[in-house]
Amino acid sequence: MEPVIHAVPYLGWVYPNETIFEWSVLIAVYPYLTGLVAGAFTVSSLYQVFGFQRLKPVAHLALLTSLCFMIFVPTPLLLHLGHPERAFNATLTPHWTSAMAAFGYFASFYVVLLILETWFAYRPFIVEQAQKRTGLLGTFYRLLTLGSYDVSDKAIAYDQKWILWLAITGIPAAHGLHGYVGFMYGSLKSREWWSSDLMPVIFLFSAIISGVSLLAVLYVASCKLRRIPIDVACVKGLAYTIWAFIMVALTLEGLEFANIVYKGREGVEMIMQYVTGPLLVPYFILQFAVGAFAPFLWLSYMIWRGTTGRALVIGVTISACLVLFSVFMMRWNVVIGGQEISKTGKGLLFYHMFVGGKEGALVAIALCIAPLVMLLGLSRLFPPWVHGTVSSRVVALGEQ
Amino acid sequence: MKEKTTLDARRAFLGKLGLAATCTGAVVGIGALGALPSGTAAAKSAPGNAESGAGSSFPTPDYDWTKHEWAFGVDATKCIGCLRCVEACKRENDVPRNAHQFRTWVERYVYLEGEDKVRIDSQNDAANIEASGSEKEYRFANRYKDAKAEKAFFVPKLCNHCTHPTCVQVCPVGATYRTKDGVVLIDHDYCIGCRYCVQACPYGARFFDEEKGVSDKCTWCYHRITKGLQPACVEVCPVGARVFGDTRDRQSPISLFIRNNRVQVLRPETGNAPNVFYVGIDKEVN
Repeated sequence: MEPVIHAVPYLGWVYPNETIFEWSVLIAVYPYLTGLVAGAFTVSSLYQVFGFQRLKPVAHLALLTSLCFMIFVPTPLLLHLGHPERAFNATLTPHWTSAMAAFGYFASFYVVLLILETWFAYRPFIVEQAQKRTGLLGTFYRLLTLGSYDVSDKAIAYDQKWILWLAITGIPAAHGLHGYVGFMYGSLKSREWWSSDLMPVIFLFSAIISGVSLLAVLYVASCKLRRIPIDVACVKGLAYTIWAFIMVALTLEGLEFANIVYKGREGVEMIMQYVTGPLLVPYFILQFAVGAFAPFLWLSYMIWRGTTGRALVIGVTISACLVLFSVFMMRWNVVIGGQEISKTGKGLLFYHMFVGGKEGALVAIALCIAPLVMLLGLSRLFPPWVHGTVSSRVVALGEQ
Repeated sequence: MKEKTTLDARRAFLGKLGLAATCTGAVVGIGALGALPSGTAAAKSAPGNAESGAGSSFPTPDYDWTKHEWAFGVDATKCIGCLRCVEACKRENDVPRNAHQFRTWVERYVYLEGEDKVRIDSQNDAANIEASGSEKEYRFANRYKDAKAEKAFFVPKLCNHCTHPTCVQVCPVGATYRTKDGVVLIDHDYCIGCRYCVQACPYGARFFDEEKGVSDKCTWCYHRITKGLQPACVEVCPVGARVFGDTRDRQSPISLFIRNNRVQVLRPETGNAPNVFYVGIDKEVN
């Protein structure tokens, strides 16, 4: 049986080999998930390292979210590979001139760091459960204690020190991981749409706003599900964080686009034809107007008016949803958009996303939902809200 | 007693099997880590499975890749767009028989009277496929026969086997590499199929072979040139538009081609330093 290949329609002059679209929606999902990891970790760090007390209710949720999404980060890549069984070759025999070769190391390091930090953060809870519970779950918690049942003040203070340093290390690790994803595109000179020094930074800031937005939505949703009052101060803290970073993200993306247009290198006519044609809706309308400017203006208004209570929660949640959508569109416009502009600079291609199949829309949606399902499961084993955080325990100890 | 003998024999056999497995594992492991000395026969002869059409006689015995520096020339003024090169390449290298994946292709540039933009197409264009009647056969439709063309020419294209290849730079596992004789190859047994190299090539020379799950591209028919033969496309070109040879030999066709013509390369601004040299191309060709 001949393999199935799907050639895409095109306009103008494109190289014959370009008519098969090589990087599908899954490659857009990959940086999206990585970005959510980095963004969620930012929230955790803002509390653990920088002492943003307002974010305390979401600090552990941020850590768990980051871990759940990180575990699923390699899946779109594995599904995309022609030989997934050889994936470890990149780690076993890395080719160091490749930006992609370091992924295995970056990702593994970061997963280990996240697991360690989560373990330290939950250690008092694990010990408590190990002593309280019986049966299979009891054994599970007892295994997780790794034989350490010491929750004395001294031990907790020691844990706290570890958490602080892991969180500090995690900041460059998480942001480096995502900045590197941007570098993977920005360093390619074959496509004018990708080839930009600003790409890693743009990816980074969009990652931060997406992760913080995800936490805002998750926090509000979790409070609703658990039928507990929402901590408005926390929501406001998240709103401020999104607001601050969205300004930088928007400016950077604007600068990037201005750079391409102003430099006006070979192929810019095709880029202009593309952004004012097929990309007009996904880029200017969905990514910028609806996904970024609308929430930015709404957040600005709420901060200016000092909105609080239910109106603030609703405003921030909707803004966060829009930002999440905007950042996905940004990934789409980079990955898919970049390939829709031919390398010849004289033609455009039109990607058609399939619903089914290994690299279709359903798999992409499933990959975005899977970390949330895992989070739901993990949050039952390690509730990020029932038990006080290590930090809160230390504070409580100090107050005694 | 008989039972005991059988048992002993079985033990001995298993012991030998274990030893063999250990030795094989060690050799594979050392090889995989790149620990084999560079002067060994394995390292000296060209790498194995880069050639799909190579057969069992590849790698070529006694071929020393340190003694050659291959290069390719294209004289666009000679090309007649017959596409025999494309056909030969597809057959020789087992390239998927469709209109979307090519190791080599030919571009047609036509400037019509009264138009300020060049018209470009290749054999994969829908009108050309319609003319050939099949996605497995290639010819240029005579679509401009009633138009007044001011200028028209064909440009054969293929992998540029760059001195600084971006595809090699980005390959995360080193499955694609530049040989000592200046050819960029792909180890199909090691390629993970990530397609980063396909994206990185500024010339659109690479494609992804769905059936094999690996990237593929022109190898200058490495299995042929190491035997002293010409690449298939050069061999079949009826007008000598494609030139190939060893630049270390001052009198080789390619050395003469480069020396006797004002040659240029595609997209020199990339810094890739291509090794396919063109004569007779226009500003629109990239």
